[in-house]
This record gives sequence, structure tokens and C-alpha cells, in this order.
Amino acid sequence: MAVTPEELKSRIEAGIPGAVATVTGDGHHFNAVVSAPAFAGLGRLAQHRLVYDVFGEEIGTRIHALSIQTRIGTAPDQREETQ
Amino acid sequence: MSDNQLRDAIQEAIASNPVILFMKGTPEAPMCGFSARTVAILQSVGASFAAVDVLPDPRIRQELSAISNWPTIPQLFVDGELIGGCDIVTEMYESGELAQVLGVQAAGEPAERAPSAAAEPAPLTIENRL
Repeated sequence: MAVTPEELKSRIEAGIPGAVATVTGDGHHFNAVVSAPAFAGLGRLAQHRLVYDVFGEEIGTRIHALSIQTRIGTAPDQREETQ
Repeated sequence: MSDNQLRDAIQEAIASNPVILFMKGTPEAPMCGFSARTVAILQSVGASFAAVDVLPDPRIRQELSAISNWPTIPQLFVDGELIGGCDIVTEMYESGELAQVLGVQAAGEPAERAPSAAAEPAPLTIENRL
């Protein structure tokens, strides 16, 4: 089954508590910007591993390439409205 | 060579090279955009680094990922520690942290580039020794 940005977004948001993801991609190469309160206190490596861990063995196989940028997010009820 | 020997050779390469990049292709001929970008960043900060092409044998990538707990290529190690892949290297380059970690002059302050012939070791190709 083809991989879509929507699938990756929903799986990241389901897999990391409080995460908000913006995912773009062409079916092979994807870019995910993920903010989550769970990233607080973690180094970049650990933050990125949390995202990779959502997909396990699919990274590099079914999901050919996934670029990640992480941000420490606030809980949704504390987030200011943007745009 | 057994998988265990391969893993030992990778660990030895990580331990014995202060800066080592596992990549697809070579610095001269990268075979993937992410590897190419990482090489370009390392070169632009003037870092010397060893490079290992993971493509000739799929077990290199398999064993490397098992060692590093990191699923993608490229992977940059400094002083035996995984720094990250292309995304993290790019972020650290943009923030100036990369030059700090590598112990080279920060980007944006282009000093006279010293003749670097002696400073650049020949890229290591691990598979050729196996």
C-alpha cells in the first residue's frame, strides 16, 4: 500500500503523546516537523528516535526516507492559536 | 567474514577515527542526496573525516544500525559517539554547534583555508579490508 503524508502524520500523532506533526512528501521521500511535549529534556538523537520508533522496520524499506525536525511542543490546551 | 567480525570491524572503525561518516557512496561520488548534503556540510566547515560506503554489502548497514540504534544513512560519529544523520547534522551546522563539536572554526567566519593536504586522510573504505 502506498505511503501517504496523511498516514505518517496520523501514526506519529497516535504514537507520541501530545504530538502535532506536519508531514509532506511524494510517496518516497517525506519530511516531518513534529512538536511534542515528550521531547522536553531529550537530546536531538533521542527526540528523533522517538519518531523513528513509531515506524520501526518500515524506515528505509516501506518508508524510503523520512527527514525529521523536532520541536518541544506544549500541551494542546496551552498552545496559542496561530495563523 | 561473519556478521560478528563485520560488527567488530565497524566498531573498530568508529573507535579509531575521530570523525567518521557512514554514507551511501563516497565523498567524491555520493549516491544519495542526504549523504551528499552531509558530506558538503562537513567539507564546508573544513572537517577532515573518514568515510565508509555502506552500499557494497547490505550487512554493513544492518550491523551499523544495530550498533547505533539508528535506522537511516548517513550516520556521523565524532569521538566514538553518534551525532546523527543528515537532519541533525544540518540543524547543528545552522546553529554553529557542529563546528564546535568538530573542533573546527565556526561557519560564517571563513578564515584563510590552510593547505589541507596533510589534514585530510584518505577516506576509509571498510569493506576493502574485509
